[in-house]
Amino acid sequence: MRRPSPWHLVLFPMALVFALPLLWLVVSSFMTNAQINRFPPTIIPDSLHLDGYRYVFRTGEFARWFLNSTIVATVTVVSNLVFCSFAGYAFARMRFRGSRVLLALMLATLVIPFQLTMIPTFLLMKHLGLIDTLGALILPSLVTPFGVFLLRQFFVSIPREIEEAAWIDGCSRLAILLKVVLPLARPALATVAVLTLLVVWNDLTWPLIAINSDTNYTVQLGLATYQGAHRTEWSAVMAGNLLVTLPIVLAFLFAQRTFIRSLTSTAVKG
Amino acid sequence: MPAAAERRPSRLQRVFGDTPTAWLWVTPAVVIILGLSLVPMAWALLLSFQKSDFVTPSTWIGLDNYSRLADDPTFAAAVRHTLIYTAAFVPLSIGGGLAIALALNRRIRFVGFYRTLVVVPYIMSATAQAVLFSFMFDSQFGVANALLDQVGIARQGFLQDPGQALWVIVLIGLWSGMGFCVIIYLAALQDIPRELVEAASIDGARRRGILLHVVLPALRPVTVFLFVWQTFQSLQLFDLVFVTTRGGPLQSTTVVVLYVWQQAFEFFNAGYGAAAAYVLAFGLLVVALVWGIYQRRREARVA
Repeated sequence: MRRPSPWHLVLFPMALVFALPLLWLVVSSFMTNAQINRFPPTIIPDSLHLDGYRYVFRTGEFARWFLNSTIVATVTVVSNLVFCSFAGYAFARMRFRGSRVLLALMLATLVIPFQLTMIPTFLLMKHLGLIDTLGALILPSLVTPFGVFLLRQFFVSIPREIEEAAWIDGCSRLAILLKVVLPLARPALATVAVLTLLVVWNDLTWPLIAINSDTNYTVQLGLATYQGAHRTEWSAVMAGNLLVTLPIVLAFLFAQRTFIRSLTSTAVKG
Repeated sequence: MPAAAERRPSRLQRVFGDTPTAWLWVTPAVVIILGLSLVPMAWALLLSFQKSDFVTPSTWIGLDNYSRLADDPTFAAAVRHTLIYTAAFVPLSIGGGLAIALALNRRIRFVGFYRTLVVVPYIMSATAQAVLFSFMFDSQFGVANALLDQVGIARQGFLQDPGQALWVIVLIGLWSGMGFCVIIYLAALQDIPRELVEAASIDGARRRGILLHVVLPALRPVTVFLFVWQTFQSLQLFDLVFVTTRGGPLQSTTVVVLYVWQQAFEFFNAGYGAAAAYVLAFGLLVVALVWGIYQRRREARVA
């Protein structure tokens, strides 16, 4: 048998530093307030309870916030896939006047910080009557410049011959995109989907500005507000926190390769 | 006539190229992206020269907002806190990320598991991180003080202590932000040609020599990218601060974006907030320009 590498002596404690807060999140969500409020505080509880979860479902509208976040995430992921594909393909393969200028402008918007545009965007949404609706959350994320750019780069890298063969067979531009190019682009499409999902699901700033009534909260806004209102109910707050965090962590665990490729794509293409 | 010729571009396509279809395909993206970035950007510039409270008609006041900002001690403090956070977070996350990536870049058991644990905090939302650490560093019920009790060290205020709060936020930022550096470095390490390392070791270079003269130089472009990226992230810090401290205690953690948000959406000074946002954008522009110059010089060297 091979001896375990001595590197584990370094790596294990290192991993523990990252893991312990997560572990504490899980454990404390199953503790009672009596256990948490005990002095000196409990570090390893003697028993686990569901009080926190009961309390959080009674006092918070987490189910509703979940629904809202799911709607916003689903719509924006799908629309990004559609719009970024079309625009990315047009920029990659079609010759039209102004294409270079437009692409450069789109790329330039990547460096415009959100903080600069958030006040006028709020005013714009107010004029459109979208403030305090999910529409205000969806509209600005319908299509992202990074997605367009990423897919364009991918389409450029596909050998032209594949498309030319389909063109000669009599396929239209649309058919080529749908039947030939997009099936090849699955990894790139997954990257766009994952990045959109991460940004939209985890965002707090824009929902904080655009949403007022708690029935329209997203999970992050709901969690932040819930914590502010229930400062002493830590086990319930942690239960809520776990509910908000779990879907995205599970998604990451199931599709780790795709997630990591998506995150590294920001560096390679940046 | 061969079949291929029939599918030659139609006359419309020959005159306009792909123009009609292409425009149809790019229009939604162009309208939404440019409409929601360039238009608000120009609008924010106009706002920054105005006194506006979102409701009553705004009045033109020229550069007043900017000159008021220059004399505003709270804004100066916000800039200072942002710079302190950046100065601590950027080098520590990159250095720590590099060290962890180097340790993880070997074929031993559980490496995938370790890597997963390091990256999960990065996937978590800043809100969730902030809520979790608010609890752990709660001065009364938090596990941090419980551990200090166990080893006989006096309890600390942490997020309630004006002298410590910003550093606790740096710590949370590092806990999650390091994971990003780790994956970027791991990807870059895997791209280093094996022959390069092998050639160096055949030449008798020691491990430290290989690290210093082969690995680190090969990682330089990625390091520069991370430097720019992490600086962008820290200058735009908001969610973590908003959920943990809202800028307190005693405004010891007010950062620039929080200041912009407060001015615009708490005190309804939209014009003043927009001016503060422009100051921030100018800082980001400087960072982006440095990055652009570096990229250009690198391309020139390669070409």
